[in-house]
Amino acid sequence: MIRLRNVTRDRNQLVYLILIVGVLLFPVLAGFVSPGDSGNYLLGQAADAGVYVLLAIGLNVVVGFAGLLDLGYAAFFAIGAYTYALLASGQLNSSPLHHAIHLPFWILLFVAVIVAATAGVILGAPTLRLRGDYLAIVTLGFGEIVPKLFLNLSQWTSGVNGVSALDYPSLPIWIEGPWVGSSLSIVRGFSFAFNSMAYYWLMAILVLIVVILVSNLQRSRLGRAWGAVREDELAADAMGINTVTTKLLAFSIGAATSGFAGVFYGSKLSLVSPENFSFVVSVTILVMVVLGGMGNIPGVIVGALAIYYVLFNVLTNLPANAKGIANAVGLGFLNRPAAGGWPGLEQEVQRLNFLIFGLILISIMLLRPQGLLPSRVRKEELEKGVAE
Amino acid sequence: MADQMENAAPADRMEDAAPILQLDHVSKRFGGLLAVDDVSFNVAKGEVFALIGPNGAGKTTLFNCITGIFSPTEGRLVFEGRDVAGHKPHDVAELGIARTFQNIRLFGYMSALDNVRVGQHVRMRAKLWDALLKTPKERREELRVTERARELLDFVGIGRHGDSYARNLAYGQQRRLEIARALATEPRLLLLDEPAAGFTPQEKVELMQLVEKILGQGITVFLIEHDMKVVMGASRRIAVLDHGEKIAEGTPDEIRNNRKVIEAYLGKSA
Repeated sequence: MIRLRNVTRDRNQLVYLILIVGVLLFPVLAGFVSPGDSGNYLLGQAADAGVYVLLAIGLNVVVGFAGLLDLGYAAFFAIGAYTYALLASGQLNSSPLHHAIHLPFWILLFVAVIVAATAGVILGAPTLRLRGDYLAIVTLGFGEIVPKLFLNLSQWTSGVNGVSALDYPSLPIWIEGPWVGSSLSIVRGFSFAFNSMAYYWLMAILVLIVVILVSNLQRSRLGRAWGAVREDELAADAMGINTVTTKLLAFSIGAATSGFAGVFYGSKLSLVSPENFSFVVSVTILVMVVLGGMGNIPGVIVGALAIYYVLFNVLTNLPANAKGIANAVGLGFLNRPAAGGWPGLEQEVQRLNFLIFGLILISIMLLRPQGLLPSRVRKEELEKGVAE
Repeated sequence: MADQMENAAPADRMEDAAPILQLDHVSKRFGGLLAVDDVSFNVAKGEVFALIGPNGAGKTTLFNCITGIFSPTEGRLVFEGRDVAGHKPHDVAELGIARTFQNIRLFGYMSALDNVRVGQHVRMRAKLWDALLKTPKERREELRVTERARELLDFVGIGRHGDSYARNLAYGQQRRLEIARALATEPRLLLLDEPAAGFTPQEKVELMQLVEKILGQGITVFLIEHDMKVVMGASRRIAVLDHGEKIAEGTPDEIRNNRKVIEAYLGKSA
């Protein structure tokens, strides 16, 4: 038993090490592999992947630690993003408020965390008495309601057009100094606008902070209380754990993390619209958590990166790649539309994109049902649980 | 305390110390079923009190009422002078009543050590910020709690198994772990629901020794048990439930010779 635990711990440390080295080397490699603008594009993609890493870590608190199935997690992501969108753009000028608000990015990080956590409490308070499937359905509903709300409050949010032209973050005043523009400035000519490198490092720092905080929680009194609630709610209650508060904290801390992610997302894309927070986003994050290894933070990070890579890199490039391969191996005729409705290989692969995604997910779950890097719990459960 | 004594049960057996728990006309009704019917008795501080009765007599229901899992339909449950009827389970635990379960309810996928540390949750003071930032205060508390958890595992005799998952322990060890987890909440009253169920004679002897050790720590023990040997050996006073009603109360010797008790267990003779 002691060995099993040490193996898991050592493996996690190794994964963290690899991730840190990877994060440090990635900008160099990206510049090397595809110099110039395209390297910048890769960095931007990595920063976007970071958004999903944050979201997965947050959802892992709810699903992995406390064992509450949340199918509407994207709602909190939306709340975080819209908090940034409304408070850091000219949007409120055209709203009934008639006054634009431009708060700095750094302050809004905290504001969004508080707003999202509050939303978590508001959703959680009446619903956390429900268990299992019932909770899942209520959260599913919440996940549908929130984007609809932003869609229909169009005098505040411009509805379907979304909020655009959001502010870019600027360095905090204590780095840039009150002497901006003068020759005394420490950092000069630095801007976040279209600067993928800046976003990349910003995201790396955000993820680092969140990982440290959430790991601390996992190894605390609260982390154990989550475990107890997950394992046996009645026994946890009888042992003196206020299960309602404990579950509420899981919900609001998960929500707070996605508020973080939402602010970054809004600032990087500079556009927030309701359709970015659909049910598919919630499910994608859940897939990342389950597939990475529920309850294990490094596992969840790896899961998020892997799914992100498959979804936004492998699958998007697949049609073009398939065409190229077919040409190269002398099957070029496949690329031409033919009788019987064959649209050409590229089109066909395009159409089958999500079928392929599904097949990839199924095969991963068949090969590693406990997730890529399972927590100790999940591993045991799947290896021994069947016997009893 | 004195005013509490007055509305307690008849004074004929109050030769013991002051009561830690008083049941005052407690009833629990589930729809048409009266699971606990107007039960009154006192558990004195520092004794081992046993509750016995045939299956379905309402013993566990009574435990569930005391620990807040059910709220009694009628009556008062006075623990150390405070009516705890209708309190939430975690509030009852915080007040100083801990319990084990008839069908073991450990946190299976947590280590034995963590199970005990969960028990200490209610006595820990670290706030969310302390945990988030791992403040020195939180670290000290974690160290203290871990050390205490190891002591408790040693106390119940499973100190070597702290790192195992609770579910991987042997049956007897699981029962002991449940007791350690309950003790971790620093109770003054410990409720044991059939602690000897499924035990070998040797294990029963060890359990009785453990109960004595717990008593030695100044904790009152209130247990439900089927095994007469354990009940008669370990407890100083016994109450008997049948069909939700209390049919007898007294010392082991009195209970052994009580006609109503014998009838309840063996059936009425012709």
